[in-house]
Amino acid sequence: MNLSFAFIDWGLIQSFILKGFIFSVQLTLVAMVGGIALGTVIALMRLSGKKWLVLPAAFYVNTLRSIPLVMVILWFFLLIPLLIGRPLGAELSAMVTFTVFEAAYYSEIMRAGIQSVPKGQVSAGYAVGMTYQQCMRFIVLPQAFRNMLPVLLTQTIILFQDTSLVYAVGAYDLLKGFEVAGKNFNRPVEMYLLAAITYFVICFSLSMLVRRLQKKIAIIR
Amino acid sequence: MSWDWQVFLQDDGSGRTYLRWMMSAWGWTLLVSALSLVVALVVGSIMGIFRTTPVKALVWIGNAWTELFRNIPLLVQIFLWYHVIPSMFKGLQQVPDIFAVVIALGFFTSARISEQVRAGIQALPRGQRYAGLAMGLTLPQTYRFVLLPMAYRIIIPPLTSESMNIIKNSSVAFAVSISELTFFAMQAQEETSRGVEVYLAVTFLYFISAFAVNRVAAVIEKRTQVPGMIGGGK
Repeated sequence: MNLSFAFIDWGLIQSFILKGFIFSVQLTLVAMVGGIALGTVIALMRLSGKKWLVLPAAFYVNTLRSIPLVMVILWFFLLIPLLIGRPLGAELSAMVTFTVFEAAYYSEIMRAGIQSVPKGQVSAGYAVGMTYQQCMRFIVLPQAFRNMLPVLLTQTIILFQDTSLVYAVGAYDLLKGFEVAGKNFNRPVEMYLLAAITYFVICFSLSMLVRRLQKKIAIIR
Repeated sequence: MSWDWQVFLQDDGSGRTYLRWMMSAWGWTLLVSALSLVVALVVGSIMGIFRTTPVKALVWIGNAWTELFRNIPLLVQIFLWYHVIPSMFKGLQQVPDIFAVVIALGFFTSARISEQVRAGIQALPRGQRYAGLAMGLTLPQTYRFVLLPMAYRIIIPPLTSESMNIIKNSSVAFAVSISELTFFAMQAQEETSRGVEVYLAVTFLYFISAFAVNRVAAVIEKRTQVPGMIGGGK
């Protein structure tokens, strides 16, 4: 077997890979921002102590965490058109799916983060006359976010890896870009290898950054 | 919309019902998961142990292994073992497809298990290792009789969730046409257009499988408890 990468030039990258890369990044960012926002709400619901909020939130998290992501992607791809009456397209459908799915995982991280804030902080907030909302907004959540930042970012790296699973509904992501290029140039082996290297370089450098951040935060605490 | 569960009694065109097909797909899911778990536990333990030894070269190998298999998406790893490796080593082309998936899923999970094994060993007081060595045990003996028996007990809970993850992750095998549950779901959905029923049944089977693993692990945890130890009974 002789590998040859001579056929790769800027044109190939631009016309096949870049498009997929941009979608993968978009999907990751949308699901991260949406997932953390929704996840925080769900975490607050689970910690609210009110049964009618705790139960649905727990159900949401436990259900999504026990179904394979691929099945969740397929479910949404099947159900969204039935609910809104028209097809949404694989790309948009993936964005909804990942936001909803990742929210379950982010919410567990946020829950741990909120619980990591000492109780005295909340008591202090009440003592100076803050309401529950103000306590959460100005005292607990900012600290929870900072304590959990490394874990949230690690989850985001996993999320970026998981975006490759949109393969199941045929959305054009980074992996698909490599695959299509491989088919067009009849060099699938090289392209899969390059895909692996690309994902590795991105995820490894990001996780190194997270590790450095973690050390910095550890000193502040 | 109305339910139509009779879809499972229809013939799938090869003389068997969709129900039978689904059951055989469930079998494939469990088989792939079980084999991958064995690979992951063996390789993950070795790599995790390497990372806690005083030998620098072994630590480096363990770290490199973990970073390599943790930072490439599982789907891409499956393609590597399915497309790339056999084209480099001609002898591997006769190997059944399922092995590509088992190796990929096994190595992917081994990176995560190596993290847990390392954490489990490092959670033990350092004196345990020194005590073992001071008694005249060799390093392998210290691991075998002193460190590992406790370390594994500590990490049973994270290992349980990894085992449940393996069942979920085995769904990625659809990409190389292993006839497991997710692949069945996609095919049957397309052929029968009764997606909701098919997906519900498949999702339910994933639930049961993960739940069963959870119960088995709970039994193991109880059986192996050491009184007075971390996580042990009274």
